[in-house]
Amino acid sequence: MTSENIDGGKALIRALEKEGVEVMFGLPGGAILPVYDPIIDSTIRHILVRHEQGAGHMAQGYAQATGKPGVAMVTSGPAATNIVTPLCDAYLDSTPLVVITGQVPLAAIGTDAFQECDTTGITMGVTKHNFLVKDAQDVPRIVKEAFHIATTGRPGPVLIDLPKDIVDPNNPRSELYWVDNPEMDLPGYKPEKKIDLSGIEKAVELIQSSERPVFYVGGGILKARAAEALRELVEITGIHVVTTLMARGAFPDSHELCLGMPGMHGNYTAVTSMQKADLLVALGARFDDRVTGKVDGFAPDAKIIHVDIDPAEIGKVRKPDVAINGDCRLVIEAMVDLLRQQDAIQIDRSEWKSTISGWQERFPLTYEDSEPGSRLKPQYVLEQLRDLTPADTIVASGVGQHQMWTSQYWNFDYPYTWINSGGLGTMGFSIPAAIGAKVGNPDRMVWAVDGDGCFQMTAQELVTATVENIPIKVALLNNSYLGMVRQWQDMFYDERFSEVFLSDDVPNYKAWAESMGCVGIRVDSPEEVPEAIAKANEIEDRSVVIDFRTAPEEHVYPMVPAGKDNSSIVVPPSQESQER
Amino acid sequence: MKKTQANYTILVITVENKFGVLARVSGLFSRRGVNIKSLAVAPTDKAEFSRITVDLDIELESVSLDQIINQLDKLINVVEIRALDPAESVERELMIVTVEAEASQRDELVDHLDKVGGKVLNIGTESMMLSLVETSSVIDDFESFLSDYGIVELQRTGRVALDSL
Ligand SMILES: Cc1ncc(C[n+]2csc(CCOP(=O)(O)OP(=O)(O)O)c2C)c(N)n1
Ligand SMILES: [Mg+2]
Repeated sequence: MTSENIDGGKALIRALEKEGVEVMFGLPGGAILPVYDPIIDSTIRHILVRHEQGAGHMAQGYAQATGKPGVAMVTSGPAATNIVTPLCDAYLDSTPLVVITGQVPLAAIGTDAFQECDTTGITMGVTKHNFLVKDAQDVPRIVKEAFHIATTGRPGPVLIDLPKDIVDPNNPRSELYWVDNPEMDLPGYKPEKKIDLSGIEKAVELIQSSERPVFYVGGGILKARAAEALRELVEITGIHVVTTLMARGAFPDSHELCLGMPGMHGNYTAVTSMQKADLLVALGARFDDRVTGKVDGFAPDAKIIHVDIDPAEIGKVRKPDVAINGDCRLVIEAMVDLLRQQDAIQIDRSEWKSTISGWQERFPLTYEDSEPGSRLKPQYVLEQLRDLTPADTIVASGVGQHQMWTSQYWNFDYPYTWINSGGLGTMGFSIPAAIGAKVGNPDRMVWAVDGDGCFQMTAQELVTATVENIPIKVALLNNSYLGMVRQWQDMFYDERFSEVFLSDDVPNYKAWAESMGCVGIRVDSPEEVPEAIAKANEIEDRSVVIDFRTAPEEHVYPMVPAGKDNSSIVVPPSQESQER
Repeated sequence: MKKTQANYTILVITVENKFGVLARVSGLFSRRGVNIKSLAVAPTDKAEFSRITVDLDIELESVSLDQIINQLDKLINVVEIRALDPAESVERELMIVTVEAEASQRDELVDHLDKVGGKVLNIGTESMMLSLVETSSVIDDFESFLSDYGIVELQRTGRVALDSL
């Protein structure tokens, strides 16, 4: 392939192929129609979704599980607005996406034409960047720029809005001269940061001299592919690690220095160790309000080292004592190098270590077993699921109580096995995200853990899974309620339950699953749980949905009430009398 | 940035000279609820770049100003951005104004105009059009002087500024 005249639609598909795109998720319509023709002859696998939100979340699941950019393509107007939620989700969780939307022909833009919407205007605030293509000749260059922007620096979603005349071979405007390697023109984009070595020195000095240090690890570690480097840093320093909701799996849960998840529903030790620390080393983390609680009261005695690729994150919430702007992996490697050169002036941290293990003993995650005849405990279901699936199982979750319990009770020992909607908290994320993850990892087991509320938002994508032969498994923690909202009403609104009850008997999830070509199983009693999971594990040729009937009154503990500082952490009733 | 007495903040932003760039820049201010007092945009000596001068009319706390700068800098079309220290820069603004002026009032008016270095652009039967290039505070004063005559129409460009030599 070298140079020739082709049309914008063919150029788009060819440019995607040249970017190494293997799969894309989408749904055609009027404005994007011309691009769907060359797809027939392309090496790219196109997965036809049932709703454009599904295409976006599938691309996210694919990207989060593989590290490669996820690609989605939809038409103009309502399709473009349907994919706004995944764009925002990817923006907040720094997921690399390239989304292509159809647009009305250039001459019709601004006339309220059929299915016209101001897609670049609407998505400006939820994309890392977006393009409106006005000249077919720009297509190859813009595709290259879009992938470059989506995947470098702090990753994020990029949208390309493509007017129909530019891709329609019957329109002379679509003609362009194809060149294999167009030159990018991004004078304002400088993702590479030079790492400031004096910052590394200061950081290492603080690390060496602190008595109560904690590594506060965020999703940036995964984006930077820095899990291995992190492990080295942790092992030479012997410092404990917390992994945020976005970083679960970045450091193995079964490692003795792993304290698990901090934050609003973090475990007591992770939350309290940060609160009492004299040094927090934030690595690719952004001091989200769900982690800090009330900012004024957050980790009051801690000095802060903040490492982030994005300069706008540094000092946004908490002013750091040492700021290092750069790629987490490179920064950690530089720290490790420096630490290796130094004599181990190890300060005595035995008291801190025993304080931590004291908390771990007194405040483990805990729940009461269910009474015979009553509904399942969701934590029990998750423990069984965790223990009965392969260690490298990929888990995608929805948003709500089930998400928090999954993050708490799962044992994440591998990076890129936990896929969730952290920043935006998008109900309905799990099923499409699990499908996307499975497409990227056809040989791995992929479970979606979903809530009944979430399931009803995007379950139709199980039809996509069946038709496209992408077998996933769904553990539905069905508590008949919008459980997380119910919990807040229970705790903070005098048990006045407003608009949170869904239903005890409709829909019939087993029948619904079966109607979508999946195996449906309903589980009511604890004894049936292992058996149902084993059965699901054996089914490889289609998706499985297990409707676990769980207890609606169960609360996620611990919990830091909104607006309170992290020392106000509420523990489960059975631990209330424990000495703090 | 040096501490100064000035009660305004000027950002100078070099951007790609393309459609939609101004919306991205101004969108970032509006999202944060920061009011822009004035905004001047024009191509630079290189046609592919434009220079935006933003007058925020407030002295932002250094932390949030840094953050706004960092966030603006993240915009792909922003090539360079910095805050200008009022003490280390020279600023000017242009005002053109049509003011009511009977023949009998004109001498006094032109006298004052000469003192501040303004020009007469156009003369009508009952009004005059004037221009003045000065610092924003001198223009403020002149504007309030004119208001006694009766301002018919007025346009100010907002501050533009360059580093002092
Ligand atoms: C799209 C969307 N709408 C509303 C919310 C607010 N919300 C957060 S959790 C939740 C309840 C989720 O219910 P369910 O899926 O049944 O999960 P559960 O909490 O019961 O485990 C709601 C409504 C949200 N996060 N996303
Ligand atoms: Mg529920």
